[in-house]
Amino acid sequence: MLLLIQYTLIFASVLLLVALGGCVSEHSGVINLGLEGIMVVGALGGALVMRALGTSSALVMVLAAMLAAILSGMLYSCLLGVAAIHFNADQTLVGTAMNLLATAGATVFVKAMNTAANPDNHSSEIEYISARKMFIVNINGFEFNWFMVVAIIAVVLVYVFLYKNRLGLRLMACGEHPQAAASVGINVYKMRWTGVLISGALGGLGGLCYILAGVSIWKFENGVAGFGFLALAVMIFGQWKPTRIAFAALIFGLFRALSNTYTGFPFLVSMNLPGNVYNMMPYIVCLIVLAFTSKASRAPKAEGIPYDKGSR
Amino acid sequence: MRKVLKNEGVQAFLASIICILIGLLIGYIVLLFINPAGAGDSTLNVIKNFLYKKPARQMKELGNTMAKTMPLILCSLSILFSYKVGLFNIGAAGQYVAGACASLYAALAWGWGWLPCMLFAIVAGALLGGITGLLKAYCNVNEVISGIMLNWIALYTTNTILASVKESTSPYTHYIDKVNKSALLPTAGIDSLFGNNNNVTIAVPLTIIVAVVIWIILSKTRLGYELKATGNNRNAAKYAGMAQNRNIILTLVISGALAGLAASLLYQTGYMRWECTQSSVPSMGFNGIAAAFLGGLHPIGAIFSSFFIQHITDGGQYVNTNFYSPQISDVISSVIIYLCGFVLFIKLTMKKWIAKSEEKKGAKN
Repeated sequence: MLLLIQYTLIFASVLLLVALGGCVSEHSGVINLGLEGIMVVGALGGALVMRALGTSSALVMVLAAMLAAILSGMLYSCLLGVAAIHFNADQTLVGTAMNLLATAGATVFVKAMNTAANPDNHSSEIEYISARKMFIVNINGFEFNWFMVVAIIAVVLVYVFLYKNRLGLRLMACGEHPQAAASVGINVYKMRWTGVLISGALGGLGGLCYILAGVSIWKFENGVAGFGFLALAVMIFGQWKPTRIAFAALIFGLFRALSNTYTGFPFLVSMNLPGNVYNMMPYIVCLIVLAFTSKASRAPKAEGIPYDKGSR
Repeated sequence: MRKVLKNEGVQAFLASIICILIGLLIGYIVLLFINPAGAGDSTLNVIKNFLYKKPARQMKELGNTMAKTMPLILCSLSILFSYKVGLFNIGAAGQYVAGACASLYAALAWGWGWLPCMLFAIVAGALLGGITGLLKAYCNVNEVISGIMLNWIALYTTNTILASVKESTSPYTHYIDKVNKSALLPTAGIDSLFGNNNNVTIAVPLTIIVAVVIWIILSKTRLGYELKATGNNRNAAKYAGMAQNRNIILTLVISGALAGLAASLLYQTGYMRWECTQSSVPSMGFNGIAAAFLGGLHPIGAIFSSFFIQHITDGGQYVNTNFYSPQISDVISSVIIYLCGFVLFIKLTMKKWIAKSEEKKGAKN
């Protein structure tokens, strides 16, 4: 039971961070389908720093790895920003390309790095056993992860940013009706860049959190198994509102956690379902939830539409 | 010169070539960073692919590339068909998985012949596409998100189902040619053109025919017109009396059927077997996106772009693996997809350039 709560909370933190990123970006008018790729790059950035620092104090390690994840996520999100904001590219296409590129690029990079260190090593794995321990506080068998706190702080910050702050309100205006926003002197390009970069930061952070969730070694060939898209589903279920997203992330986190921990529940084991059923669970729940919640969608009106100064 | 450049088709072709060249250049630069010594050779090997082999083996190697190109063409047709209707069917990857599941299970467990197996795969893909279509039409679920979810659901379901027809000592399914030869696609003598490589089957002519049919449906029939109209403006199409919900579902059913057929044409050659423990969705469906856009979203263009993408993907295995990894070709193709986002901009620049130079000419006269 304790294990289930632990995994629920950590997976919910991942989904929450990434979904908030998607939320800010969509409120500015850019659909960020590249979150999956941003997570991979963020995870790579964080993992590299963890590997490079080796043995240093826990505080330095935690902060440095998070900072690296944030920066690499932001840097990678520029690919989306340039294409979607300045070149009116199809945002779905660019996001998809970013997802493919992140996994392929990270694999090539890590393999090259491993091979350079040891000519016989062609794996795409990075190990961070000691570093992972620094993120975790063990309370009577419950592995508390600092990312749980980070996720809660992120909800508060995004809520304040979007609803209690001039910049955030302006950013949201650009996602609803950019031409109207422009007519009162708001720079739509700047606002959309802000949205994309924030989503890059949160996505990168979420990626690092994901690889720290349950394991101490990450194989970059595997990417992040559709988590970026699950986060988008969480965002839709949460109706683009930070507090509701937090609630949605918990539900999805629970189902994801079940696939890691179902063997610990006698009544689940006695049903004798194949393990793949639990693997599928989050995705099935997601589909059902979306089927019931998408009809009354509160999506930002202008999301996904390239900004055209001249149109009304 | 200017007259030729004004042609939309030529512009699309040039834009694709620019994307390819930049993609290859970036791949080369990445290799340079990893190890400058072998970067040039390895990039050339990626481009050469089967030409890397001795002349006697070349046709046979080309045959292997062809065997994988056919499903890729169908996947890219699947993507472009729905894209023309304004739907981004990223679920093609999952519909492909469903097709693989259906054709392999029918072939290995039930001992069906090749044609029923193939039809079963088409139905499976169409069904999965239909679910996405239903969700989109009646529940307004974004087809990209539902597609991705269905990809994972299809993958885990397939792993579970095909585990009953796998070898006891490996995670792979049984060889079709050992269990049920009748399920292998007939080669109809085409293999003799490719050094008796029996992975080259009737899939080749069949795929070309399907591509032409899709082209005709999209550009010459009433159905195609209605579908495209629905894609351009759902409300206008509805106002004009077109059944928009039916059109959305029909599009994704056709799109799914194409992806299902793609899997059947690969797995029923016996070239590949399903690995029942795989933890990621096969990349065929995603590469289809690259091929569709690189081919300028034209069914005939898709044939050539698919060959190119498969060519460099297979070429990835000939890089010097002492320094580099074969995934460099995935990097190249994903960079190409990314650049395809700029095609509109490239075309616009060309048009501006033409208009400018014509103006100059006009002023001189």
